[in-house]
Amino acid sequence: MSASSFHRALKCRECSREYEIAPIFSCEYCFGPLEVAYNYDTIREATTRDSIAAGPKTLWRYANLLPCDPEYRVDLGVGYTPLIRADRLAKAIGLDTLWIKNDTVNPTWSFKDRVVSVAIAKAREFGFEAIACASTGNLANSVAAHAAAAGMECLVFIPDDLEKGKVVGSAIYNPNLVTVRGSYDDVNRLCTELSMQFNWAFVNINVRPFYAEGSRTLGYEIAEQLGWRAPEHIVAPMASGSMYTKIWKGLQEFHQVGLIEEPKTRMSGAQAAGCSPIATAFANNTLNFVPQKPDTIAKSLAIGNPADGYYALKQMQETGGGAEMVTDAEVVEGIKLLAETEGVFAETAGGVTIASLRKMVQSGFIPRHEETVAIISGGGLKTIEAVVDEVAAPLHVQPTVESFVEARSAQQARIAGSPVTA
Amino acid sequence: MEKHVRLTFSPDLIKEPLIYQLGQEFQVVTNIRMADVDAKVGWVVLSLEGDDAEVQRALDWVRSKGVRIDDATLGDVVEG
Repeated sequence: MSASSFHRALKCRECSREYEIAPIFSCEYCFGPLEVAYNYDTIREATTRDSIAAGPKTLWRYANLLPCDPEYRVDLGVGYTPLIRADRLAKAIGLDTLWIKNDTVNPTWSFKDRVVSVAIAKAREFGFEAIACASTGNLANSVAAHAAAAGMECLVFIPDDLEKGKVVGSAIYNPNLVTVRGSYDDVNRLCTELSMQFNWAFVNINVRPFYAEGSRTLGYEIAEQLGWRAPEHIVAPMASGSMYTKIWKGLQEFHQVGLIEEPKTRMSGAQAAGCSPIATAFANNTLNFVPQKPDTIAKSLAIGNPADGYYALKQMQETGGGAEMVTDAEVVEGIKLLAETEGVFAETAGGVTIASLRKMVQSGFIPRHEETVAIISGGGLKTIEAVVDEVAAPLHVQPTVESFVEARSAQQARIAGSPVTA
Repeated sequence: MEKHVRLTFSPDLIKEPLIYQLGQEFQVVTNIRMADVDAKVGWVVLSLEGDDAEVQRALDWVRSKGVRIDDATLGDVVEG
């Protein structure tokens, strides 16, 4: 059975009109976004728990559910990341059972490797010779790495005021790196126009319907790693809202092809207060979000006009989930809490997720007994600026035992004398 | 040129007949493809067809009225 027999068309999410598989992204009639349509009956016949378990320990174990021919894959070993039982963090925030889906361990240290894996395979299948993206960090790193491994021409557009770590994290793979002088909106406008003029696979524009599908593997992995079942609650960070909606789609599909019981998971999303169009709309009880101008340290979530915002809000309604937003100070607290309790160093998006989760538990929105999975989507070394002034200063000593003992005693006296904080 | 935009109206603009005025003031053909308006916020996905400069003038005029203009389908294309 060939890969092409598993996915059959592109389908408009609004009006359900179908199109042949091609590098297109919106409906000609209503401009609604296009999504891949699958032959679930064919997938069900060809896929079992055993056949998946016998596959590679990467996202390609779910190849039957991915909208590309695996023959074109660029395999950096993406996915099948650990699902960690987080008892110390659970206790700290007041939950009985908490799991961390640790996507910091992907090849370029973020979940973007999942979406880029699918996008680059599809771009190669379509015959594109160049791959491109516009990004503030994680996506750029992943596209540049995958393009390098594939030997494809790569164009990466970034704002010109990015932190050095993020620039180097792309530049090291030697793409055509373009820094754009201008506001965030200017970069958006430029890249939209470029995507219409040049025959490049812009991963999150003309191959977006395929790219977005990579995030479903988070849902598949969580279900498989929990012993072929869905959790009661998932909390995920939201930028465009795409990953958040695709995790739920993944769980529903696993049920549709007979791998798990019907999921009853409540799906919740997390945003930074400085860029919270979706969480604000949820708080205002409307499906119509108002675009915002981002102002937050959580730059990987700084999408003021989220393409999937409406669908994310609908999903909250449908699943009984919700949304929360946290200040930049709370983001830093969230990063530190996760690191100090579970040994996982997340980037700012992870801080947003943990701090939002804590607020949802404190408010009673997530009851103590509800088994919850928190998505940690990227590694902390990418956003070291956020915490560099917030970590404890080291103990400076001379290379003698006396010096160490003296300094340590002084430190312990300081700690004992410091006021107790909550 | 045919341009597809998403217009977002704040509550104080919801009662203004801006799309009607757009068709009256400028040589552009307007075509509403999707829309949702309630008391708090309203948005319209609009196709605008006409001479390049005229479409641009029309959009500048809408923007000057305080309406936010975005690409109709993509949202922000710069990702994290």
